[in-house]
Order: sequence, then structure tokens, then C-alpha cells
Amino acid sequence: MSDVAAEAVRAGHAHEEHRDYEGAKLGMWLFLFSECMLFGGLFVLYAMYRADHPRAFSAGGGHMDALLGVANTLVLLTGSFAVASSITALQRGRRKLAMGLVGTTILTGVAFMIVKAVEWSGHIRQGYFPHSHLLQGKPGEQLFFSLYYVMTGLHGVHVIAGIAVLTAALVLMARGKVTQEHFVFLENAALYWHLVDIIWIFLLPLFYLAA
Amino acid sequence: MTASEAPARLRAASYIEDHGRFRGLFGWIFSTDHKRIGILYLVSTLFFFFVGMSLGFLMRLQMLSPHGELFKNADYYNALFTLHGVIMIFLFIIPAVPGSLGNFFMPIMIGAKDVAFPRLNLLSWWLYVTGAVIALASLFGSGLPDTGWTFYAPYSLRTHADIPMAVFGVFVLGFSSILTGINFITTMHRMRAPGMGWFQMPLFPWALYATSWVQVLATPVLGITMLLIFVERIFHVGIFNPAMGGDPLLYQHLFWMYSHPAVYIMILPAMGLISEMIPTFAHRTIFGYTAIVWSSMGIALLGSLVWAHHMFTSGLSDAAATVFSLLTFLVAVPSAIKVFNWTATLYKGSIALEPPMLYALSFIFLFSVGGLTGLILGALALNVMLHDTYFVVAHFHYVIFGGAAFAFFGALHYWLPKMFGRMYNRSAAYIGWALLFTGFNLLYFTMFVLGVMGMPRRYAFYLPRFQTPHVIATVGSWIMIAGILVVFTNLIVSVFKGEKAGENPWGGVTLEWQIPSPPPTENFLEPPTIPEKAYDFEGAFAS
Repeated sequence: MSDVAAEAVRAGHAHEEHRDYEGAKLGMWLFLFSECMLFGGLFVLYAMYRADHPRAFSAGGGHMDALLGVANTLVLLTGSFAVASSITALQRGRRKLAMGLVGTTILTGVAFMIVKAVEWSGHIRQGYFPHSHLLQGKPGEQLFFSLYYVMTGLHGVHVIAGIAVLTAALVLMARGKVTQEHFVFLENAALYWHLVDIIWIFLLPLFYLAA
Repeated sequence: MTASEAPARLRAASYIEDHGRFRGLFGWIFSTDHKRIGILYLVSTLFFFFVGMSLGFLMRLQMLSPHGELFKNADYYNALFTLHGVIMIFLFIIPAVPGSLGNFFMPIMIGAKDVAFPRLNLLSWWLYVTGAVIALASLFGSGLPDTGWTFYAPYSLRTHADIPMAVFGVFVLGFSSILTGINFITTMHRMRAPGMGWFQMPLFPWALYATSWVQVLATPVLGITMLLIFVERIFHVGIFNPAMGGDPLLYQHLFWMYSHPAVYIMILPAMGLISEMIPTFAHRTIFGYTAIVWSSMGIALLGSLVWAHHMFTSGLSDAAATVFSLLTFLVAVPSAIKVFNWTATLYKGSIALEPPMLYALSFIFLFSVGGLTGLILGALALNVMLHDTYFVVAHFHYVIFGGAAFAFFGALHYWLPKMFGRMYNRSAAYIGWALLFTGFNLLYFTMFVLGVMGMPRRYAFYLPRFQTPHVIATVGSWIMIAGILVVFTNLIVSVFKGEKAGENPWGGVTLEWQIPSPPPTENFLEPPTIPEKAYDFEGAFAS
């Protein structure tokens, strides 16, 4: 470890551009920790409110379309598999394949967001949103739907950010900036995508399977 | 030192001369050099310090008479204490030490050329500026901010003030803080010079290491809390709003889950600064290096478990309150370890009472007062009596101003000659310190008395029986501000007109004293000699 660090410092002195694979990964992991804490606050709220209103949360879960939720999970997992494979492909020098796989992940992200939009508009059309007539006088379900929109909404923002980062990786691969030797950007983008994926895996049972 | 006269060293451009790709102002605000970014933070955080101080000055003027010396309308006073808190906490004391001195000195002290992610570092500063602008833009929204810096629900959900703008600003500031934390942790893991092991690292980097973990892990909780207030106001979802089934107490929990550790984001780097100054001016190896390192980590850990001591009167269960009270007592242990180690370092030392040392010694005294009164507040029975009184205000200012800010000012006296290569006027520094120290104690110690007398905080008007101490405190604020003006006039003049300070005016032994003042862009022209252990004064004097 210290040898690598020493080399990194020496390399930093020698060249203008400082490259540190381990450092870049470490930075990304720290960022992911902070993301976990960000969502952690929401999970704490969910736990408290569910403990307060177990029946209402179960009723809220009843309004969810579990099939769509599970389908979306599969979409995300497919994307995760594709982006993980793209790293291996790039490491083996198959740039075209790697780019195709990243493209696939981006498409799954877009598909996920479309399904999500259909779901949200469905809920809103049916009248399930905070302050709606249907939820008047039902504090537990108000909370359930408030948390549903906030948590899946924040998750959606992360999916969009993930799509942006993967698109950037795609552009960098096309321009030869992310290559067989220097693939850490793609790897970090994939790490981020996996985090988005994992958070969804927790959201699925908490909302869709809560009934 | 003969090495300093070597021609190669003189030819190397300092970071001040080497403007990089752009010239003038752009050479600063788009620079990725950690030293230039440190200066950016220094200037911007001090700017906000002076804004916050002016607001505090007005608050004290208002308190001169029971019916309000300045305003007959409490709204203005509410705006004053809200802004004073938001500015001093989020725009000054949280970013000040890590952003300015941390950025400037941490890489140098571990023998690195820069931080691990220089561009991210610049982004952090830009996010800081953006967050500051957004937060202050809330002033021109629908009404003056009046929630206090804590934005407690449900009031923050109801008030006419432009809370969404303010909390979004705080969210952006939090992002900046997280990125700095990530950068610093990675830097210390990956960029230490060959031969600089973890336990050879000086104590300021160690303190920043502990701080950075708190920044990375606690700040997101504030981020999400602020975001929730934002969406509650904009989209009318109900998370904390009791009218919609929400629980405002959970807001307090989430808020303090960050904001109590944030107190340690403020004080830990300051403790690191003290650990630098005490050995240098006692000319003696720090006592209990390892204990200080672990106490920093211990504070970071325990400090994350005590948040609910802000909520003893909010209706916690007795069991919860007892546990949080106990944990609060525990967190005093690592702080006390530091205080004892600093004091033990002084023992049989050859103490030079230079201006930075005066600040360091004041820190030990003021921080001890602040820390011990923290124990009084942490005791359940006393807390009920003292909650939301001036006692809390006094305690907080003793810890954060008497602690963190005094250490920061002391470190400016310690390191400004290194940063700009020029020495300030020492007599002026002594006078400034004396005024600051006297005014500070007059102002804030009186607040302890006021608190015990029962004066509640955040009131624009008060009963006539509190007037005498209020007048004393206000006079104290004038003396203190006079001191601050002397201190900073002296420092600012020195930056431009001071005498040349030389490489090592204090006889320090950490790496920053091995390089020219001001440091060259590359920091080290030749690979630095790493001492066997940090603060090895015997070795340094023997050679």
C-alpha cells in the first residue's frame, strides 16, 4: 500500500496529470457511503412511521402494482449486469462491445423511468397523492404516499444522474479517454449505478410488497 | 538555514506568483492549486465572519434596553439571530478551518503535491459560493427568515419566510462540505510522501481525517432533512407536518443527527491546530501523540451518538434521555484527554509566549469552560432548567468561538507568515488578543449569569431585571469587536507590507517549515525529509 502511495507521489511529481486508480476508487466509495447516509435518513423515517401506522402502510402497499415494481427491478438488474460486463469487455480490449453494453444500461435506465412515470401518473389519476381527497383523514396513508413519492422520486433523480454519468462514460470511451488501461471512470460510473440498483432493491419490498 | 539561499530555491515561483492558466482574479477562482483554493476559502469565510459579526453586534445593541434599543418589532430581531446563526455556522465556522488552512497545509504537512482530486476541490469552493448566494437570496423572498438556524418543523413549514430557498442553499453547502471530506480522506490515504506513515502524520492532518469522516457520514443526513423541508414546502407532501400525520420530533432527530456531529466538524480541526501550535511554542515533543490521535477518532465516533441531548425538553422518553445524557458525559472523555495532553506538553517546556501561543493557551482555557458547562447542560435535571436560556448561548460561544474561532485566529498568526512570507506587527497582535480575550469573556461569561437568572434566548425584549448584565455583555461585545478589528487590520496589513518572515520564524519541525515562504507551486522542490516521528524537537535541535 505505502509503496503504491510512494509511486503515486513520485508519478505526481513527474507528470502533469496525476493518475491514481486506488485513490479514484476510494473517493467513489466514500461518495457512495454519503449516498447511503442520505437515503438512510429516509429509511429511518420510513421505519418510524411504519411502526406508528402498520395498518395504513399495509393498506398503502395494496394500492401498488407489485408486478410493475418487480418488472422494474428486473430492468434495473439487467442494466447492472450489462454495465458490470462492460468493464470486463473494456479490460479485454473489446471497446465496441463495452460501449454497446453501457448503451444497454442507459436504455434500461430510460425504460425504468418510463415505467415509473406511468406508475406515478396512475397513482395521481386515481387520487393517491398527499393532500388528495382520498387520503383526507388518513394520516398513515398520507405518510405512506408522501414517503413513496419522496423516496422513489429521489431514487429517480439518482437514476437520471446515473444515466448522465454513464452517457459521459460512453462519450469518453468513444473519444479514447476511457480505455483498456484507464477504465476507472467507467468502473466508478458502474459502482454508482449499482448503488442506485441496491437502493431500489430496498424500496421494492418497502412499498410494493408492503401489503 | 543555508539551504534557503540556494539559487534553485529562489528561482522557483511561489504559488502567489504562479497564476496558472489564467491571469488576475480568474487565476484564483479557477485555480486547482490547493494553496490558492485555501486562500479563496480564507477570504470568503472571513468575509462571512465579518458579516455574521456585524449582525451579532446589532443583536447586542438591541439588547441594550429591555424594550429594544434598535427595533420595536421582534421580526427584525428574529431575522438577525437567524442570519447570524446560518452565516456563522454554515458559511464561516464549518468550512473555515478545513477549507482554508486544511486545504493549504494538510497536503504540505503530509508531503504531497496537492490533494487527491484538485478539480473536485475547486468545485467544492464553487459549491460553497453557490450555496452561500442561494441561502442569502432567501432574504429577498417572501419574508425575513425567522426560524433560527435550526429550521425546526412545523414552524419552518408555516412561516412566510422563504425557507425553501434557504434550506436549498444549506443543502448545496452540505454538498460542498461532503466533497471536501472525500477529498481529504483520499488524500491522506493515497498521497502521503514515502516514509510518512499514518503515525508519523502531524496532528492537524489527523484531526482533519477524523473531521472528514464526520463530514462524509453526517452531512448527508442534514442534506436529506433540508431536502425534505424543501419538498414539503414546494410539493406539499407531509413528512414532518403534524396536520398530515407527520411527527415534528423526527425532524429534530434528523436535524441533530447531523448538526451535533457538525459541532465536531467545527471543533476537531481547531483541536488539530492547537496540537500544532503547543509543541512548536513549548519547543517540546507533543505529549501523548497516539492518545491525541485516538481521541480525535473517539470524538468523531462518540460525537455521532449524542444528538438527542439537544432535545431533552422535547418529550423524549426517560430511557432515551438517560442514555443520551450518559453518552454526552462520555464524549467529554476524549476532549479531556486532549486538554491533559496539551497541558502535559507544556510541562517543563521552553515556552515562548508568541501571539499564536497566546491564542492556543486561551483556547485551552475557554474550551475548558465551554466543555465543562456542556456537562452541566448534559445533566438531565439541570438541562430542564437551563434549556433555551442564555446559558446555552454562552456555552456554545465558549466552545465554538472561544474554541474553534480562537484556534483559527491563532493559527492565522502561526501560519500567515508561511502563507504570504511576511510577518505581522507583534505588539499589535498582543493588543488585539488582549482586547479580544477581555471582550469575549465580558460578553459571554455574562451570558452564563443571564442564563442562570432565567433569561430565555431569542427574545427581542426582556424584563428590566436583566438589564444590567445585558449592558455589561453589550459593552463586552464592543471591546471584543475592537479587538477583532485590531487583529485583522494587523494581519491584512502584514500580508502586503509586513517584514519578510523567512522560512521558519517559529522553529517548527513539521514539513511546512522545510519549504520556502510563500511555498512554491509544487510545494516541495526536492523530496522532503520525513522525520522519524512528528514533533521531534530533540532530533531537530541536535542536527
